[in-house]
Amino acid sequence: MSNIPADLKYTKSHEWVRVEGDIATIGITDHAQSELGDIVFIDMPNVGRALGTGDSFGTVESVKTVSDVYAPLAGVITEINETLGAQSELVNTDPYGAGWLIKIKMSGTTDEMLDAAAYAAIAG
Amino acid sequence: MEATIARTPLYDVHVAAGGKMVPFAGYEMPVQYGSIIAETQAVRSSAGMFDVSHMARLKFTGDRVLEFLEQITTNDVSKLANMEGQYSLLPNPNGGCVDDIIVYRISPTEFRMVVNASNHAKDVAWIKSQNTFGVTIEDQTDATAMIAVQGPIAADIVANLASDPASFAGLSFFGVCDGVVAGATVFAARSGYTGEDGFELICDAEDAAELWTTLKENGVSECGLGSRDILRVEAGLPLYGHELNDELSPMAAGLGWVISKTKSFVGSGPINQARAEGTPTKLQGIRFESKRFPNIGADVKVGGAVVGQVCSGVYSPTLGCGLAFAFLNSDVKIGTACEVDLRGKDEPATVVSKRFMAKPKA
Repeated sequence: MSNIPADLKYTKSHEWVRVEGDIATIGITDHAQSELGDIVFIDMPNVGRALGTGDSFGTVESVKTVSDVYAPLAGVITEINETLGAQSELVNTDPYGAGWLIKIKMSGTTDEMLDAAAYAAIAG
Repeated sequence: MEATIARTPLYDVHVAAGGKMVPFAGYEMPVQYGSIIAETQAVRSSAGMFDVSHMARLKFTGDRVLEFLEQITTNDVSKLANMEGQYSLLPNPNGGCVDDIIVYRISPTEFRMVVNASNHAKDVAWIKSQNTFGVTIEDQTDATAMIAVQGPIAADIVANLASDPASFAGLSFFGVCDGVVAGATVFAARSGYTGEDGFELICDAEDAAELWTTLKENGVSECGLGSRDILRVEAGLPLYGHELNDELSPMAAGLGWVISKTKSFVGSGPINQARAEGTPTKLQGIRFESKRFPNIGADVKVGGAVVGQVCSGVYSPTLGCGLAFAFLNSDVKIGTACEVDLRGKDEPATVVSKRFMAKPKA
């Protein structure tokens, strides 16, 4: 049973969003990191890039696979998690904390996203 | 053809331990139990074990068995003493390989062979087609299981569980013995596919689960196919279907050391020619600066020109970087800076010895 914090919003493609004011922090879920396995590299986007809902903004490379990550909502990237360049394993060990991927200034909303209960139904 | 998937005698043990099961060579096999990196590190630092029961085990008996094996394998079978094994190849008439294998001599009239799971049916059909020597070939795969116990303390753990520890502890590399380990009757070989010391244990199928469980209770970590692939690449060991196949010359893969220069065997003509004239490409190691690693088939470039393609790629937890094997044009020298196409972007790397773990010469 993977960890699915109640206070976050989720996508079917296994990203999570934490909203604070007009800034949304985005990462991949505990279920996603578990399925990917040990993560060794994250190809990150540049700060300032505008993302539409569903846009691929990077790839996560694990010891066994490569997976795209998608923007759960629209916005402009304000920050990327530079720590992951040297410590990509933080996405495995702390996917909802130190393993966050990017922050965006929101232009969209989380209204269409899944709550924890709805995400639990698809991710177990 | 009906697609069926087989299970090894350890299937239930893997599932109970949380093994992630994937189809591999017609079997449902564990790719990992937890972290592939942690499983790799267990083998490099202490001891890990792999269910390799999917690999096929064949028994050869007959008065002309040595003559037969000299004809169908590349290594000098005549150099084996009783209870010794050797790495070898099953060549085809065109100078490629049907498979890579281990041959064990039990007695002058009994030998055994372990072959790749992916080539099981092909090998048996090929071997039988070559058997004009009246040799009896028995497929023991389904009746037995095989567990590889690998790592710096693996041999000690196995020996301490044996009814006759000295006979296990005293075995040299590629030596074999019969014995009893944790109550199971085993055929044990001091060999493996990780670059570490250890044993490969063949036991009756019904004894496999208890042997596995006892090894686990004695500190041996369960390891899946994910870590096995990393460990064999780190150790510079080829995998059939990647570094060897029906078309490629084993000389290009750097396997001249397991090919006799003195005997005649199936395909010895084209192989000797490849040894004398060289091959257009050679298998080399590629070491990345980053932790990234390429897909199979990725182009390797030197100064912008494509010089070859990747055939295996892994992240190496031991060396902390990406590693690959690639067949490169034979004029590309070790030490050459190169770039490898990683999903559309060139990643910097260096051509190195494919024995990635070997200490550099002083």
